[in-house]
Amino acid sequence: MTVVTLVLVLMVLAALWASMSTLLLRATIALALSSAMLSVVMFSLGATLAAVIELSVCAGLISVVFVSVISLTQRRPFKEIVVRWRSRLTRFWPLPVVMLAVGIGLSFVHTPVQIALPLPGPDGDVREVMWNLRQLDLFGQILILLAGVFGVMVLFKREEKHVD
Amino acid sequence: MLTEIPHSLWLYFTFFLLLLIDGLWCMLATYNLLRMLIGLEILMKSVTFILIVAGYLSGRMALAQAMVITVIVIEVVVVVVAAGIILGIFRKTDTLSVRGTRNLKG
Repeated sequence: MTVVTLVLVLMVLAALWASMSTLLLRATIALALSSAMLSVVMFSLGATLAAVIELSVCAGLISVVFVSVISLTQRRPFKEIVVRWRSRLTRFWPLPVVMLAVGIGLSFVHTPVQIALPLPGPDGDVREVMWNLRQLDLFGQILILLAGVFGVMVLFKREEKHVD
Repeated sequence: MLTEIPHSLWLYFTFFLLLLIDGLWCMLATYNLLRMLIGLEILMKSVTFILIVAGYLSGRMALAQAMVITVIVIEVVVVVVAAGIILGIFRKTDTLSVRGTRNLKG
């Protein structure tokens, strides 16, 4: 078993923990762990810039957002959460079984799969591709970020009180 | 031009599929809005992963990274806006359950 395989296994296990965890806070930590493992895989495949952004944004910023929302919404006592978890377990117990079956099943598949790949061309630098070839993508990203900011502003807008 | 996938890459597809199943199950089997968002995050992770694998396979990693960065930006905006909506629903209904949104009208 190579290091990358081990990291991939850890990534899937962390994702499984995130979906099955009793507490939402633990699920958030597991999600961040899964992101960190994904960034290691990206780094090993040669996607260094995307790995850094995945680690800082997905494992960092999104976890902060989740923790903030959880701290603003969680009011139940721990006992009630455990009772709810038991009822939820009936819906979630097949998940690890299905994942294990799919994983074992696919590891025994040796059917050669053929796909159509583009002709090999110059790869270039990621900065060059982003700033010169995919400028419309950057424009779209700026628009999406602005839409997000305006969306949050509208969501948390306070009603003005009119005084006669 | 048809090319046969190397067997080592079959491993990546297996883990992509496992993440996909996990995310879909997490979204479909829960009534908690925050858990649904966590499921969506896992799904986005699987998409990010397969994009990088596709870039590695086709030898165009720069293009794949540019696309992944775009996906991450969209992911962040989706999560922040969805978290705001969930917070608004919680303040209105005092629950994080999807059932609480059934009373929303208009």
